[in-house]
Amino acid sequence: MSETTPLRRDWMSLLAKAPPAQLAELAPDLPPHDLLRAPEIGAIMLEGRIGGTGGRFNLGEMTVTRCSVQVGGAVGHACVQGRDKDHARRAAVLDALMQGEGAARIRDAILMPLQAEAAARATARAEKAAATRVEFFTLMRGED
Amino acid sequence: MYVAVKGGERAIDAAHAWLAQERRGDPAIPDLTVPQIREQMALAVNRVMAEGSLYDPDLAALAIKQARGDLIEAVFLIRAYRTTLPRFGSSQPMDTAAMAVDRRVSATFKDLPGGQVLGPTFDYTHRLLDFALLAEGEVPAAPTVPADPAPVPHVTGLLDRDGLIQPEPPCDAAPADLTRTPLELPADRALRLQVLARADEGFTLSLAYSTQRGYGRTHAFVGELRIGRVPVSVELPELGFAVEIAEVDLTECETVNQFTGSKTQPPQFTRGYGLVMGQSERKAISMSLVDRALRWQELGEDFTGAPAQDQEFVLSHCDTVQATGFLEHIKLPHYVDFQSELELVRRLRAEAMAATAMQEAAE
Repeated sequence: MSETTPLRRDWMSLLAKAPPAQLAELAPDLPPHDLLRAPEIGAIMLEGRIGGTGGRFNLGEMTVTRCSVQVGGAVGHACVQGRDKDHARRAAVLDALMQGEGAARIRDAILMPLQAEAAARATARAEKAAATRVEFFTLMRGED
Repeated sequence: MYVAVKGGERAIDAAHAWLAQERRGDPAIPDLTVPQIREQMALAVNRVMAEGSLYDPDLAALAIKQARGDLIEAVFLIRAYRTTLPRFGSSQPMDTAAMAVDRRVSATFKDLPGGQVLGPTFDYTHRLLDFALLAEGEVPAAPTVPADPAPVPHVTGLLDRDGLIQPEPPCDAAPADLTRTPLELPADRALRLQVLARADEGFTLSLAYSTQRGYGRTHAFVGELRIGRVPVSVELPELGFAVEIAEVDLTECETVNQFTGSKTQPPQFTRGYGLVMGQSERKAISMSLVDRALRWQELGEDFTGAPAQDQEFVLSHCDTVQATGFLEHIKLPHYVDFQSELELVRRLRAEAMAATAMQEAAE
């Protein structure tokens, strides 16, 4: 595992989980690229664990779209949830670009806004959940 | 004998054209869009995903529209579609302890780390029709309070720490897969859970209810019910490392059941487990009760003949698509089958009547 692995894992994750419309808005124009593997729709099996911690079992499948591209010397990959071929292609191209000299610019213009948006969505939901948390109070009974 | 085998084509085409028109309903009423179904009929969408065994809210919504709201027909459409997809692999086992919970309740402990979080629940509503929904209008924003970022541990983990419940140690053996190999009995627990996760909600509910009424009783408490988003990580073969590519909504139920013990082991609680795609707590609770009832042998309990204990009965009859396929096929033409039965009955009647006539003549 190279040093860039954790970083790449993070940016690939952000690109895969981005709402496709938002990603298209942030990166409307893609540079020329070769399709090593044209966007392809398929399924992956989702696995759970018995009792949450025990042996593995198959819960059911999920649709995904995968794509591999080459931009200059860099190869980009993507695997995204759902059946949006443009999303997979855009994520793969950006994965390739993130390995090149324009990485800092892409990080600022695309990844940071995606990260902020994802954090805001998660917080908004968590705050609604927190408002439904039960705060028990106990009445004092008896003499002491 | 010649039997008409063609000639239905025109009638079938006309039937399907009419179906399309009936599906649309009154053209004066706006057409229902797939995103509207996905967003506003979310629990129906979740059920179709779970029983269709394919996580894709857009497709489930489309199937509901196409099926005119017949959820079993929609499940059928999703199952048919999923057979066309190439399988790219499996996710890493999902970690439900890492769930971002919308809802998390325990019926066994009042005060517990992470607290009781009600979430968007029907519980505590009065089940009175809300006529305000007849009018279109804005929905007031739900209240918010700052969230506590502390982890929300599994309740069973708390019991496990003290040895009070049967442990579920991790095991990485590859599970059997119903979609690759036909179901063979007896099925191990992993395979049973796969079957139950996509089983008909109504059937699973009724079986679970039967255990509560005494047919394979397991004295279940809902140790924990949680609903929320769980990360999905997939190892990409080109890279050799796993990437978190999505988050899926799941419902998980863990029951704490009657204890067992032996000469070598002090008494401890046992568990039932339910995990279902989407927000579907009735199904998750039902699944965990049925899972627990099916474990009688492994836990050294008696087989009382209860349907919920009989894995051949449960696993062979819980699938919506199998059941509806076999049931509904009997309405399709069986002209030749029936013709042979008809001739047989006629011959038997003729023989019986001839025998009666002979007997009467003899008397």
